[in-house]
Amino acid sequence: MQQLLNTALGGLTLGMVYAAFALALVLIWRSTRIVNFAQAPMAMVTTFVALVVVDAGHSYWLAFAAALVSGLLLGAVVERLVVRPVEGGPEINAVILTLGLFIVLHALAAVVFGNRYRSFPAPFGVRGLEVGGTTIALTGFGVFTVLAVLVTMGLLLALFRYTDVGLRMRASAFNPEVARLLGVRVGRMLTLGWALASLVGSLAGLLIAGGSLVHPAYMDSVVVYGFVAAVLGGLDSPIGAVVGGLLLGVALSFVSGYVGSQLVALAALVILMLVLTLRPGGLFAQAAARRV
Amino acid sequence: MATALRRGRTWWAGSVLGRHLLVALLGLVVVVVVLESASDFRNLQLASMAYLGIAAGGLTVLTGLNGQISLGHGALMAIGAYTTALLLDDRDAGTPLPLVVLAAVAVTLLVGAVVGAAAARLHGPYLAGATLALAVAVPGIALYFKEQLGGEQGLRVVLPDIPTWVLDLAFFVTGQDLTRSRYVACLAWLTLIVTFVLLANLSRTRVGRRWRAVRDDEVAAELAGIRLGRARVSAFVVSAAAAGAAGAMMAITVRLAAPSGFTITLSLTLLTAVVLGGLGSLGGALLGAALLTFLPQVVTDLGVDAGLSDIQAAELAPLVYGLVMVVVVLVAPAGLVGTARTALLRRRLQRAGTGTSTSTSTDTAAPTSTSTTSKGTTT
Amino acid sequence: MLTVTDLSAGYGPVRALDGVSFTADRGRVTAVLGANGAGKTTLLRTISGLHRADRGSVELDGSRLDRVAAERMPALGLAHVPEGRGVITELTVEENLRLGGLGRAGRVDPADLERVYTLFPVLADRRAALAHVLSGGERQMLVIARALMARPTMLLLDEPSLGLAPRIVAQIFELLRGLVESESLSVLLVEQNARSALSIAHRGVVLNLGRVVADDDADVLAADDQLRHAYLGF
Repeated sequence: MQQLLNTALGGLTLGMVYAAFALALVLIWRSTRIVNFAQAPMAMVTTFVALVVVDAGHSYWLAFAAALVSGLLLGAVVERLVVRPVEGGPEINAVILTLGLFIVLHALAAVVFGNRYRSFPAPFGVRGLEVGGTTIALTGFGVFTVLAVLVTMGLLLALFRYTDVGLRMRASAFNPEVARLLGVRVGRMLTLGWALASLVGSLAGLLIAGGSLVHPAYMDSVVVYGFVAAVLGGLDSPIGAVVGGLLLGVALSFVSGYVGSQLVALAALVILMLVLTLRPGGLFAQAAARRV
Repeated sequence: MATALRRGRTWWAGSVLGRHLLVALLGLVVVVVVLESASDFRNLQLASMAYLGIAAGGLTVLTGLNGQISLGHGALMAIGAYTTALLLDDRDAGTPLPLVVLAAVAVTLLVGAVVGAAAARLHGPYLAGATLALAVAVPGIALYFKEQLGGEQGLRVVLPDIPTWVLDLAFFVTGQDLTRSRYVACLAWLTLIVTFVLLANLSRTRVGRRWRAVRDDEVAAELAGIRLGRARVSAFVVSAAAAGAAGAMMAITVRLAAPSGFTITLSLTLLTAVVLGGLGSLGGALLGAALLTFLPQVVTDLGVDAGLSDIQAAELAPLVYGLVMVVVVLVAPAGLVGTARTALLRRRLQRAGTGTSTSTSTDTAAPTSTSTTSKGTTT
Repeated sequence: MLTVTDLSAGYGPVRALDGVSFTADRGRVTAVLGANGAGKTTLLRTISGLHRADRGSVELDGSRLDRVAAERMPALGLAHVPEGRGVITELTVEENLRLGGLGRAGRVDPADLERVYTLFPVLADRRAALAHVLSGGERQMLVIARALMARPTMLLLDEPSLGLAPRIVAQIFELLRGLVESESLSVLLVEQNARSALSIAHRGVVLNLGRVVADDDADVLAADDQLRHAYLGF
């Protein structure tokens, strides 16, 4: 019973991170119809930026902020300089481009920051909290993880729902040509969208890294889980991505706890295949038929 | 008209299969000469070029001819490699090598059919994501079944003794004793040539034309009576079989099947080879494989000379691959070979004047004409 | 006043507009007529900067519009309602309208919203609904209202009657006529349905294969049997 509860709790915490990462993928997919596979190494690079700040003797929070800001900038730069030319082109080109970027960032990080595992600090305890004499699988950092993702999602929601910039961004994503005719600078909105997505990806990277080890490849599996979560939610829906992330987190936590951690990725693959075969539009799609 | 053209030539140059066999024979001669004069170290390098070439050849058929993308070919190679390792676990295993390779191909083909059937409905980013998941998932299986698959250490591959008749033949042809490395290299290149002849031939047949038709225009292909799903699955299966053969050759060359050999990076670099060569060209895939094999050393040496540590310098090769992928997509979306070919064709056309402009469209026109013929046969 | 002079544009080797010149007067409805492929839509897209002109100029009240990016047009007083409505169905009715208002000065004047809600009471009732649920006629009203949010002097309308029931078309054209009179709005109306377009237009420009073949008062065009048979199909 206790193991069940702990597995679920651990899954929810991890699911929050997958949700954030899936959200980052969805934001980009919605606006540019590109799945940014390079999101993982982009987040990794910004985590290394944070590590540099920490190594220089500064506080965790400064490092945290530095990573988020560099995520924002990296997203904008990548969209403007690398991705812009393939937007609206054949989708296979965009896929190859983001994968090329994936390899480039990986190799660059290994050259600049080294190719070994390094420990990354956490601002809160990474031991289970005690509730009524028993230790549960929710850590101080876990609570922070959940709160950080919730706050970020709330801010994003507010930005998109209630601000003029958010309205312009949504219009650019849904119908770029009409948005242009209405005076929206669509290119800028796309850049901003990539920047925000990259920031959310960086947050996910920081949360995965906290109290753990980082390495140029440490986010690679997360991009797969984020993608699966996003597809679970329909790939177009931010809310769906969040729900998909939580579901996937719990499901994978159970696979890890009861079967074996080595098979987590296989389980994700199976879940992905099931969703794409049975409900290609995602779990919450109204119209089941959609080209995937 | 086609028969009239054909009558003018001899049979071997006229038929597609004949031409491919001729090229293959020439290739075989070149391979024997090169391998015979190369050192043991070079032979092993050439062997790895061959297995990368086989996998890249399979991938280029999938991506170039059918428009599908796979980031899972490293994982499919792993399946071929592990099958080989399981069959060659000690010196007295007794299974003849050709059978081992066939078994590796068959098992990979089976997995490819399952993945392909699930992936047949997917396109672009969805397919990329699904196959990326495959690439991440497969090494985990080896770790989980530690008893059977050796876990992190992997499985050792014991190469059976070289059959006496092969030794005799080699001595008769080259006048030298056949070393094990040279034997492995010969096997790998022989497999490559066989695979390429099969792939080249397949892509020229109705099956290949169907793949291209699906790639170029799904709606037109479907109207022409081509079953999209079947065409996609068959392309994936053929491509997976090539990856299986590549995995078998890799296992024999490296004499080990371990999870660390089949990282995401392997799958992605295979894609680099394909992109570099220009999607769909087997020659391009081979060129890409050559770069994957020989570039790392060159670049690493340059890096060390420039003052990088060994570990840092080792990362320069993937850096170059990645940059190449980005640059090719941005500058020459048809790939290096493809772009060069187009430029050459355009120049030739300009010289010939505008009257022959139809010949540029032969490539794109081929699927449409097949569509109509296959419509005729199916209805 | 919109002045188009010697405007040429094309798609690769295909010439869609070939030296088109005409003027659309202030406070008037100018109809651009012609068969499918005559170049009507390309004309509007070139005027509003979505399509690059190869040659020629476009002036609105004395300022040059050619070479100006499409996204700057609303600020210069030009609104373009594209073919196929251009409602952003994923946004609510009010969000669509607000978006129209943002184009002019970068913020929405609540008075503008009130004004279009008075003009289009149907929209006021459904302001919080997703545009997705609107009917074809309501969508056409929404895009016109959205264009008005930017307080344009010149409104480009591409096939507003497309796919609408005759009763709805009449209603929308009636509304347009009212707007032109009350707000001294100028309208450049592209229509395949020449008969109903000429019924509200003051002037008509007939295009054929990218060239102007007739440019006259609407009633003159409507009375010209030969022209009607050759180019207008009624």
